Amino acid sequence: MDTASQHARFEHTVLPHLPSAYNVARWLTRDDHDAEDVVQEAYLRAWKFFGGFSGGESRTWLLTIVRNTCYTWLHQNRAHELTVVFDEEIHSGASESANPETLLLHRANQQVLRDALEALPVAFREVVVLRELEGLSYKEIAAIADLPLGTVMSRLARARARLLEWLTTRLHTEV
Amino acid sequence: MRCEETQELLSGYVDEALDRVRHREMAQHLDTCLQCARAYSTQQALRSALRTSALSWTPPVHLEKRVRSAVRRASRADTRAEGWGWLSEGWGWRWLSVGAGLAVIVLLVWQRLPVWTGPGAQESFLQEVVSSHVRSLMANHVTDVASSDQHTVKPWFEGKLPFAPPVPDMAAQGFPLVGGRLDYLGNRPVAALVYHRQQHFINLFLWPAPPDGDHGVTRHTRHGYHLISGTTADMTYWAVSNLNMRELQEFVSLVQQQAMAPSP
Repeated sequence: MDTASQHARFEHTVLPHLPSAYNVARWLTRDDHDAEDVVQEAYLRAWKFFGGFSGGESRTWLLTIVRNTCYTWLHQNRAHELTVVFDEEIHSGASESANPETLLLHRANQQVLRDALEALPVAFREVVVLRELEGLSYKEIAAIADLPLGTVMSRLARARARLLEWLTTRLHTEV
Repeated sequence: MRCEETQELLSGYVDEALDRVRHREMAQHLDTCLQCARAYSTQQALRSALRTSALSWTPPVHLEKRVRSAVRRASRADTRAEGWGWLSEGWGWRWLSVGAGLAVIVLLVWQRLPVWTGPGAQESFLQEVVSSHVRSLMANHVTDVASSDQHTVKPWFEGKLPFAPPVPDMAAQGFPLVGGRLDYLGNRPVAALVYHRQQHFINLFLWPAPPDGDHGVTRHTRHGYHLISGTTADMTYWAVSNLNMRELQEFVSLVQQQAMAPSP
């Protein structure tokens, strides 16, 4: 296939996923400008590898590249964020503290939820963003984040427990 | 299933990502264990809070142009590398026109995209019904008048609404009344009747049907909630719950029968 038609196919299949690409990059970098740079870089990489793209789920394919580009960027610019040791295990007993009254949750407005999500370590944040904001399946998340399926499930569980802990603390202190 | 095991599984259960055996075990456990059922509704509340709060970031308008031209530059560089980008003016023009034509197509697709994916009027009403249901459970504001007696709930609405909603009694059929509440849907005050079956709450919204109202029954599923709507005895109703569709349908059929029957 010549470059011109390849380019047209690229614009047709990959470019429409820009909102998803930006959303993921923005959540992982937590900065407007850095997210834009990462998205542009990811699209250039995507263009480079487009010849090897066999068709199939183009959004998952693009988000895999966006996610990897984000991690390269994080390694270069926010290495400390990646070194945060986190615990895949859910501690027994965590259920009590991570179980706020549903009454409290309704007070969690957009800003509070954003703060909660931003406060998560990146490995947790990414699975929540892919699952709840991008609506991807466990299988797709496993492909994008290069994780075994079981780890996707446990990491999401852990991430949600952390979100609830964080929200409980925040909403209780706001009373 | 022991409660300690449910910790991680609960999250997978909310996502409907468990295998069939574990899903069934979990459902059975939640029917019997109040503490885990509570943790489950917390998980659901968190999930709908995350999904309904517009947390996604929208790309700035200039980003599309920026990305598009960066890719175009890269693609031109590739074309030159292939050695025919500059070979003849004719090819150059052809490339340009093909590119321009496709750019127009992509632009059209791009502009249409929000129309395809954006919520239409029907969709946003569905979201409104689901949100109202979820909010009533989250805010611990399920009812304004809590009573399992239809003769308490029905008079309560008097003077609060410009119509008298039927209050079906379906306790004998396994749908006891929890109470009633005033709510607001689609820019009008509506009656919300709350019923439950085991751990599941059902919100039944009622308001007078428009004279030319659509009498067809519709079924929808949004964010794991099932919705059934229709018209009965001059009332438009919407039933919403996380109860399975089959039982919700059973509930709605009973509502239809009871609402049509003369009130006792």
